[in-house]
Amino acid sequence: MVATEPYKIVGTRPVRPDGVDKVTGRAAYGSDIKLPGMLYARVKRSPHAHAIIKKIDASKALALPGVKAVVTRADFREAGPGLIDIGEGPPVNLKFMLDNVCAGDKVVYKGHAVASVAATDLHTAEDALNLIEVEYEVLPPVMNVRDAMLESAPLIHGNELTGGLTAADMGKRPSNIANRVEFEMGDVDAGFAQSDIVIEREFETAMYHQGYIEPHNATALWNKDGDITIWTSTQGTFSVRTASAMILGVPVSSIKVVPMEIGGGFGGKIPVYLEPHAALLSKKLGGVPVKMWMTREEVLEATGPTSGTYSRVKIGAKNDGTLMAANVHLAFEAGGFPGSPVGAGAMCALGPYSIPNAFVEGFDVVVNRPKVAAYRGPGAPASEYAVESVIDEIAERIGMDPMDMRLKNAAVEGTRRPDGATMGVIGNVQVMEAIKDSPHYKSELEGENRGRGVAMGFWFNAGMESAAYATVVSDGTVALVTGATDIGGTRASHAMQLAETLGIPYDDVKPHVVDTDSIGWTGVTGGSRTTFAGGWAVYEAAMDIRVQMEERAAKIWEVDRDQVHYDNGAVHGPDGKVFSFKELAAQLPHTGGTISGHADVNPTTVGAAFAGHICDVEVDPDTGKVTILRYTAVQDVGTAVHPSYVEGQIQGGASQGIGMALSEEYFYDENGVMRNSSFLDYRMPTTLDLPMIDTILVEVPNPGHPYGVRGVGEVPIIPPLAAVANAIYNATGVRVRKLPANPRNLLEEMLPPEA
Amino acid sequence: MSNRIIINTVINGEPTEFLADERDSLLEALRERIGLTGVKEGCNNGNCGACAVIMDGRLVNSCLVLAAETEGANITTVEGLAKGGELTPLQQTFLEDAALQCGICTPGFLVAATALLEQNPHPSEHEIRYWLAGNLCRCTGYDKIIRAVQHAAERSA
Ligand code: FES
Ligand code: FES
Repeated sequence: MVATEPYKIVGTRPVRPDGVDKVTGRAAYGSDIKLPGMLYARVKRSPHAHAIIKKIDASKALALPGVKAVVTRADFREAGPGLIDIGEGPPVNLKFMLDNVCAGDKVVYKGHAVASVAATDLHTAEDALNLIEVEYEVLPPVMNVRDAMLESAPLIHGNELTGGLTAADMGKRPSNIANRVEFEMGDVDAGFAQSDIVIEREFETAMYHQGYIEPHNATALWNKDGDITIWTSTQGTFSVRTASAMILGVPVSSIKVVPMEIGGGFGGKIPVYLEPHAALLSKKLGGVPVKMWMTREEVLEATGPTSGTYSRVKIGAKNDGTLMAANVHLAFEAGGFPGSPVGAGAMCALGPYSIPNAFVEGFDVVVNRPKVAAYRGPGAPASEYAVESVIDEIAERIGMDPMDMRLKNAAVEGTRRPDGATMGVIGNVQVMEAIKDSPHYKSELEGENRGRGVAMGFWFNAGMESAAYATVVSDGTVALVTGATDIGGTRASHAMQLAETLGIPYDDVKPHVVDTDSIGWTGVTGGSRTTFAGGWAVYEAAMDIRVQMEERAAKIWEVDRDQVHYDNGAVHGPDGKVFSFKELAAQLPHTGGTISGHADVNPTTVGAAFAGHICDVEVDPDTGKVTILRYTAVQDVGTAVHPSYVEGQIQGGASQGIGMALSEEYFYDENGVMRNSSFLDYRMPTTLDLPMIDTILVEVPNPGHPYGVRGVGEVPIIPPLAAVANAIYNATGVRVRKLPANPRNLLEEMLPPEA
Repeated sequence: MSNRIIINTVINGEPTEFLADERDSLLEALRERIGLTGVKEGCNNGNCGACAVIMDGRLVNSCLVLAAETEGANITTVEGLAKGGELTPLQQTFLEDAALQCGICTPGFLVAATALLEQNPHPSEHEIRYWLAGNLCRCTGYDKIIRAVQHAAERSA
């Protein structure tokens, strides 16, 4: 850490800068935009899960009065197979990216986009969808990961994918397995041989959607001079720019992406879906702005959920609770195109523990479901649910308190994970101890059909590029510009770090989120990185201002530069000379001009996050309905910059995890048609499904950040799955190994098998 | 092409006459024709509450009301809650209690909670949860929203 406690502003709870706009309805989200001459567009989607497109005929749609343009795959660029380096991030398979935005020869999930249409109003655009005629040759769908891995499974991508069942097998023959990862450490067989108890179990989790309340949207103008402007609600304007440029085949510099307010993302608002359609429609119309947004059904059927998973976990331990060996097998559904988060799931699976011998393998498998996107701690909820369930079972079998057993094996600084990474300064043990010390854990749970469960969670967190630009205004305030779209209070957490560094009041910082032409490259708001890396950029920009203010004061006072130093919101010189920040700010314009601080950072010293949750449930023995009675979430948050928003991240993550555990799932029929594509039937927790979610913030500062920040957003979604399942076991004696544990699934487990 | 109709209403206290397609929902008319985009669309079929407005004293999801049905109606949207430059106690406690993260659900929650406190100025936690069960929030886990409503109720005690 560079800065030192006690902090004046970091750790307080001010009102967010964008707050008034958001409680008065003034804040402009993506679909709130209205431009002169704007047209409305909709996407035509496949009714089939798996089919070859024989023919598309839009002539009837185009003949409808009010319809102005139709875009099909023929309007997109050509792209061959294979990976290409796009100069930013890992190489991408352009053909798959394009195919997902607008189907090529084939549709690979129900809801797959095949065309789009622009009209004078929304109703006309909708009418036109029915007039676009598409002829399909329907193929049998492959709907789940285990079926898709069978040798007999229909191949979704012909000969293109050749990930094998073993390392030796890779690249040998076509399959639906796109990729395989493997990590190994120690001698697993020897570890199991030395174990007193070995338990092996299989688990499944459903496909879940991020469930942001704001549907995807995009508005585009392809101007006659070739300049393209895209207004959209996205987690990352720069990644939208890159992806759109690739898909449209134009230089990145011809696209400007303007960030609108964003109504939730959780990882799901990183890919592009509508932007290229809106741009191409605008181009066809000769430079008319086109606005699009999705229906809820489209969001559920055609935007990134997270993988449905199958896993098999085997863990061996000594009778004293020492973990000896683990074997973790993970198979994740990628959806219609490769790219599940199985790699991250594999990295995190054993994260909270030090286990000397481990083997982890993961498979990325295509199925006829929507292409998955990142979802909060991608991959980790499923893999850690499986491991935390087996750990719980071992603790019970050897008669040890589940937290004592976890503490005995806790990963600490220097612990090596099977993927090779070594833990830095972490708060894992502190979180576990805080659970044991909590009023909730110490309380007695009474009553029939009630049970308590605990589980841990680990997430590595991300760094990535961020930029900040801060200008000192002559009235002594600072205008702060970043490229990080604000999903949950990062304007506040950035402004607080700037104010702390400059020693000025929080209210004197005016943060703004600006378009891609107006700030340096900034990674997505995701990976729990924005308060960490963006905050670092803000800190550096403030330090840049401090240095320039020292130089200016030295010049005004005509003293040596070394005799001047910035401290606590003022510049101090020799003989008691001092300028407050405001005084010097007022002098800047006529002493040489305005000062602004800049920073472009790419920090790698992220601090990993650990969380542990305690859950009390009551299970109705007649219906299988689970009620959460009490819930406590403990987490190492590094430094809580704005504790209210830190708590909010924890509470929100916990409730999404509870949704995964109890009520949410993609439900497909045998034809690959989703049968619950509405908020009524895709059951996210409501106010009535949750109690208050108590939080305990453990603060183990990350030494790799000026204010000790570690990401907090993702890890809280990880523990609930196992915490709830372990609580259900404690209440009923039934181990739930298939989530969600909704009444239908749970009752099946609870009722005695029919004779 | 579609048929247009003229509708006379009072919106946020202002007599408002607008032209709508006969297929327009109230939500579409408010957002796309009148420009009151504080009213949000989350599902367009009555399941999320983001589009909540108060119509003739009743809390309704504007996506389930046809614009044509609002002839003569008195409608309050989130834009009409704050009067005379002052935020309402609910708007204030939502800010102080950090009851919003992304904020897309906030207009619906504020309108629904306003309607609740009008009918029941001192609701219990369960009554608040029951009343707001038609409003989905994916970011907060509801904890801080419920507390903000409790605090607003205390404040107007
Ligand atoms: S948009 Fe009306 S209830 Fe969801
Ligand atoms: S604050 Fe994002 S949905 Fe409620």
